[in-house]
Amino acid sequence: MNNAKERLLNGLFKENPTFVLMLGMCPTLAVTTSAMNGLGMGLTTTVVLALSNVMISMLRKIIPDKVRIPAFIVVIASFVTIVELLLEGFLPSLYDALGIYIPLIVVNCIILGRAESYASKNPMLPSLFDGLGMGLGFTMALTIIGAIREVLGAGEVFGYRVMPAGYVPISIFVLAPGAFFVLACLTAIQNYIKIQGEKKGKDMSKIQSGCNCDCMNCGDMACSNRKEETETKNVAINVKAEGRVNSEKKEEATIERTEKQKQVVDELFFISEVKMKEADIEVVDLEQEVSEIQDNKEMDEETKGEGETEE
Amino acid sequence: MSELKKVSSNPHVRARLTTGHIMFAVVIALLPTSIYGIYNFGPKAAILILITVLSSVMTELIYEIVMKKKVTISDFSAVVTGLLLALNLPVSVPWWIGVIGGVFAILVVKMLFGGLGQNFMNPALAARCFLLISFTGIMTNFDCDAYTGATPLAILKSGESVNVYNMVLGRCNGTIGETSMAMIVVGAIFLIVLGVIDLRVPGSYIVSFVMFLGLFGGQGFDTHYIAAHLAGGGLMLGAFFMATDYVTRPITVKGQYLYGILLGFLTFVFRVFGPSAEGVSYAIIIGNLLVPLIEKVTRPRAFGKKWGTKK
Repeated sequence: MNNAKERLLNGLFKENPTFVLMLGMCPTLAVTTSAMNGLGMGLTTTVVLALSNVMISMLRKIIPDKVRIPAFIVVIASFVTIVELLLEGFLPSLYDALGIYIPLIVVNCIILGRAESYASKNPMLPSLFDGLGMGLGFTMALTIIGAIREVLGAGEVFGYRVMPAGYVPISIFVLAPGAFFVLACLTAIQNYIKIQGEKKGKDMSKIQSGCNCDCMNCGDMACSNRKEETETKNVAINVKAEGRVNSEKKEEATIERTEKQKQVVDELFFISEVKMKEADIEVVDLEQEVSEIQDNKEMDEETKGEGETEE
Repeated sequence: MSELKKVSSNPHVRARLTTGHIMFAVVIALLPTSIYGIYNFGPKAAILILITVLSSVMTELIYEIVMKKKVTISDFSAVVTGLLLALNLPVSVPWWIGVIGGVFAILVVKMLFGGLGQNFMNPALAARCFLLISFTGIMTNFDCDAYTGATPLAILKSGESVNVYNMVLGRCNGTIGETSMAMIVVGAIFLIVLGVIDLRVPGSYIVSFVMFLGLFGGQGFDTHYIAAHLAGGGLMLGAFFMATDYVTRPITVKGQYLYGILLGFLTFVFRVFGPSAEGVSYAIIIGNLLVPLIEKVTRPRAFGKKWGTKK
């Protein structure tokens, strides 16, 4: 259950989709005209996100890699349709308020992003909690933005008057520009907290950068904190590059290559022992690459005298 | 033996003219308009001008003290911003409109983007549009002790005739500073004689506006109609004092003509086809946003270079 708690907190704060990952900006800016709309949109997305995460996680071994995105979209779209019909039937006022943005949940990049980066690689239960955490983080962000916009733009929160009677609403805040103002201010406050934390010597690198130390599932190849598997990958890439050497020097190069390939494979096995679970996928990838290189090498030998062999 | 002289980087020829001098000249040039506005609308106008200028200057001062930056209020740019903003407000607005406008103009539009010289649009106009969108009712309420009824442009738009002679002198309704064309022109001539502004932007702005109005305005080159359009609303104030803002106009000569023509076109479109009677503020703001593109298109050719060659 520790993992579940970690996933929930990760979605709520460390990797908050709105303030940290800056995902799903379209609904964030468009529907947060009031706290109620923000909450409704957030919860709707949460339901879809959790269910689609569970479904995709269950199907992750069946879905072929090449058609995974269409498959994810089909799953997500099914759930969105279900939720849309339910909303229309039971919460018509919210349905009217959110309008076109309910069907647009299908293309919300938080949902597709979590399916791609988490649910398709992890078992069902962690995926469920990941979806819940992300969804609740999204809900929290949307409700905060909606509440601030509602207070300033209409003097109310959730429809209840909070400002004194003499308050003149700044109606720009319920219009489109207000969403940008509020989002920018909240992001600025978050950055301020981060900088203050860094000044006090706390390690704030994980906040805002969106890093969860899960380098295997991270697309940021340029990350300076990336774990050593990248280095071996670089070696593999180098080997690959050397595969393109001139055919005249090929014999010498072949020896070098085989040596390096051995090194790579050795290192890979070493890592896979150290990082039993995490390294699995990457090792498979790298092994595939290595075998590709070997294939290339054989191809090279077959097509002798053709000058440079290109990939 | 020759002694090594230390040569600083350019500019080597320095004039004693500073930003402060230029801004002070603009303040002087705005005085006739301001004084006439106070004479026209009564002491309430003076209080509003004072509040708006003070809040602008105080915002800059407080921001720079809090952020530990060099205090730059002595260059009068905040005074100019506040004064221009106040001249763009109807006299009937409550005092806090001036404060909100001043704070928004300086804090959001100017200081957050890096201070004077970095603002991407005219702060006074941006604040005016912010207020216009936020408090539409208050900002378009021109009822005051001196005049009742709509502004000349609104009357013109509804198809009735206006007294152009009174409009040139300023005996009509409108914002504090826009009514008197004569006073604005006096201030503008002062600036042109001093060399602070030139006629490129205002000239091309006004000429192109007249051309568009005559050709496509539906009334032909009707002298009365065109004169009423020129004398009414914020066209003169905008053309001479806001479109010529050094920071937000193009720096290339060709670009300045293009910019003026663009402003003329936009003002014509907003005034004739738009729902509201006035469009100078929005025209200049949209023009401001297009300035980087205009500068890119009209970048002068370096000597000896052919078109199309890359630097």
